[in-house]
Amino acid sequence: MVANIVLSEVEYTHIGKRPIRPDGVDKVIGRAQYGPDITLKGLLHGKVLRSPYAHARIKSIDTSQAEDYPGVKAVITAQDLPFASLSKEELGAGYQALKFASDHILAGGKVLFKGHPVAAVAAANPHVAEEAAKLIKVEYEELPPVMSVLEAMADGATLLHDDLYTSSLGETSQTASNVAAHARYEKGDVVQGFDEAAVVVEREFQTASVHQGYIEPHNGTALWSADGQLDVWCSTQGAFTVRSSLANVLRHPVSKIKVTPMEMGGGFGGKISIYLEPLAALLSKKSGQPVKLVMNRVEVFEASGPAAGSLIKVKMGATKDGKLTACQAELALDAGAYPGSPAMSAAMCAFACYDYPNGLLDAYDVVVNKPKTQAYRAPGSPQAAYAVESVVDELCEKLGIDPVEFRLRNASKEGTRRIEGPVYRRIGLVECLEAARSHNHYQTPVDVQPSGKLRGRGVASGFWFNRGFVSSCNLTLNPDGTVSVVMGSVDLCGTRASIAQQTAEALGIAYEDIKPSIADTDSIGYTFITGGSRTTFATGLATINASQDIKQRMIERAAAIWEAKVEDVEYVDAVLQHKSDSELRMTFKELAGRTLTTGGSITAQCNIDPPGEGNSFAVHIVDVEVDQETGKVDILRYTAIQDCGKAVHPSYVEGQMQGGAAQGIGWALNEEYFFNGQGQMTNSSFLDYRMPISLDLPMIDTVIVEVANPGHPYGVRGVGETPIVPPLAAIANAVYQATGVRMQSLPITPGKVLDALWSQNGS
Amino acid sequence: MPGPTHVQATINGEEVNFLCEPRQSLLEVLRDVLGMTGTKEGCNDGNCGACTVLFDGRIIDSCLVLGVEIQGREVTTIEGLATADGLHPIQQAFLENAALQCGICTPGFIVAAKGLLDEEPDADEGRIRHWLAGNLCRCTGYDKIVRAVLDAGEKMK
Repeated sequence: MVANIVLSEVEYTHIGKRPIRPDGVDKVIGRAQYGPDITLKGLLHGKVLRSPYAHARIKSIDTSQAEDYPGVKAVITAQDLPFASLSKEELGAGYQALKFASDHILAGGKVLFKGHPVAAVAAANPHVAEEAAKLIKVEYEELPPVMSVLEAMADGATLLHDDLYTSSLGETSQTASNVAAHARYEKGDVVQGFDEAAVVVEREFQTASVHQGYIEPHNGTALWSADGQLDVWCSTQGAFTVRSSLANVLRHPVSKIKVTPMEMGGGFGGKISIYLEPLAALLSKKSGQPVKLVMNRVEVFEASGPAAGSLIKVKMGATKDGKLTACQAELALDAGAYPGSPAMSAAMCAFACYDYPNGLLDAYDVVVNKPKTQAYRAPGSPQAAYAVESVVDELCEKLGIDPVEFRLRNASKEGTRRIEGPVYRRIGLVECLEAARSHNHYQTPVDVQPSGKLRGRGVASGFWFNRGFVSSCNLTLNPDGTVSVVMGSVDLCGTRASIAQQTAEALGIAYEDIKPSIADTDSIGYTFITGGSRTTFATGLATINASQDIKQRMIERAAAIWEAKVEDVEYVDAVLQHKSDSELRMTFKELAGRTLTTGGSITAQCNIDPPGEGNSFAVHIVDVEVDQETGKVDILRYTAIQDCGKAVHPSYVEGQMQGGAAQGIGWALNEEYFFNGQGQMTNSSFLDYRMPISLDLPMIDTVIVEVANPGHPYGVRGVGETPIVPPLAAIANAVYQATGVRMQSLPITPGKVLDALWSQNGS
Repeated sequence: MPGPTHVQATINGEEVNFLCEPRQSLLEVLRDVLGMTGTKEGCNDGNCGACTVLFDGRIIDSCLVLGVEIQGREVTTIEGLATADGLHPIQQAFLENAALQCGICTPGFIVAAKGLLDEEPDADEGRIRHWLAGNLCRCTGYDKIVRAVLDAGEKMK
């Protein structure tokens, strides 16, 4: 049996091969410099004092004892931040009210979640900083915490913000509310659609807050020089978004901020917003020395991430032939303490796998007293797919139609219009479903159940946009015939390799002759974050375009050397040749070696905001075993199938699919934030917040379905987001097949399974 | 607060002398006193394995050991695996099997795998998954890591 299958239509020289990644050696020998590894002369260490309460008013802060503590060099509070209005500014991956971003960094009048920063200290070493932070006296007036979207949306709910009004369908509410936004997407007439249905299923689902779970904690190091120059080093998915966020929050010119992205120890969407960087900057400004801050794991859980918890109601109807007639959903996603949950994206993704005539979606962005939620791999889509794909499974059961067959009958394809407007270009959902149906996994019956265990199989599909956004690349032809590729995209997991492969392919030279590197914000054009499955596509296009420029400039140079006309020279397989004079011929390396004496370096750059995104679909198949005595669910077999477009480096594409599936398995079975009655997280360690370990998982089989994206010369779509979308529902559907119980709340813990089994048996 | 203590130990085969405060963990000593940042901090409470080192040949989380405790003992870190002749077979296998994505957990996994394969190069998948259960990876789903360790075991037999 083949564990990893690649269904290719087109072969290339470098694209689709599996070379060693350029940054690989540094990372296996421990030399790669991640954010927390940096050290500078005179470096101070910072510590943040955080709120012990989920919701409280700050009555007073007294920092005098901390300031007097030996070894302390600076102490800051919200007073050290410039005034921030409610105007919307670029902060991380999108626009937010500056006041909220500023308050999030250091609490002003109120603390809104346990772990909310209140003050910060810089001292000679981290232990002294920690001791001093404990000496800061904060007087709080406790307020009732609002922990769920239902509580937050209820009439008369305690308000987190006096100045937050609901923006709903173009109107702004007259009174303050915990609902930041309400959006609606509509097509056709759902009432009529449900009337036409032979079967209608309606159910409500809940998912808990979960953390992105990167192993490297947040970190930030800053040096604020006397002339106002601010240098920042940090682990981030986007150095330029850190720069613009800092500029906005600190009211400091972009031209005076340089952000150097260090190697990144995992982000998954959670390392876009700034947390420690502005604190390090202010502490450095006050102390005159560089300052480093690194979160501990408790701080990571309590004050960064998480992904939004959700409450989602889904209603779907189909004819007896299994054609969808109407799809409706209400989605409320918790934003945490400040607006910005992915409710709208959840709504757009919810039914994106289906072609249906009538639809209605209502999405709500709701603030609660939890850490401000952040993006987590296909933000909003997993929560929505969990609800929708569970309902689809139930429709299939009621109609007696195979779940893959049902999805094929209703699958989105080229020309299908999504409810929010865009029409799909060439997409590969049908190909994924067909690959699932013919896969050995789907063709093999679920193994016989051992005694005391129940086994079942589930399938689910998923969607992500893979939007492009802005990228920049600078290419330099070196005298030895190698090409340096400098990019603004941070390398999360193989970006250097995939960009080098695309450059090698475009130029027709060896992969080993491409030298990729990642620049600071002074040294390259604006580049959006590495995230959203955009980088291999958009930064890839940037380097391909710049490579075409390099070729043209080499043609011009050869023509000049030969005193020939430019149009008489051509570039074929990395050889410059005269079209009619076969004597005039130079290899790529030969010309490179002559550049410095024939006019100087040859360079090219490309800044791009590409259209032509290649939307991505996945279908996952999972077999589970449920222990009737303990309620534990084990994964027996897992197959992830996805249209990634052309896979540039199939090993890292498989890795994305496997890693996304593993995170989805954790989301489905184990992971959740536990809060006590005071809104305090009670499981803020890796021991108690249980992410999958090697023992929990089988090998994860993959099928890469390569339906070329017409918007990219090699057909690249992007891969990373979509694999986390199907697992939640696939596992819930498998648990249903095993036990006969629909799990309407994640995670599917042993306790919930036992409760369900017992109530099913009436015991 | 007691003053710094002098500690003498063997790290990656070389005798090392350093001063450390009694409260400093071995992890802190490696990273902040000795500048060996290949050993990573993920949680500082023994739950992630990113700071795994070999302590007299046994795998430990260096965040759970005090710097003063290595007096007279032998420690191997990720920096001690490759030689002038090239990478250790486990490092090579991680590269060839694409067993790292972000790479932050990689040093811990490689050192932990060395602790296993030095004794049991023919460890099977189940044994490897048990052995590595103390090392968290959030990127890979473990599939390619387990394959890399199986592959390295073949080469180390």
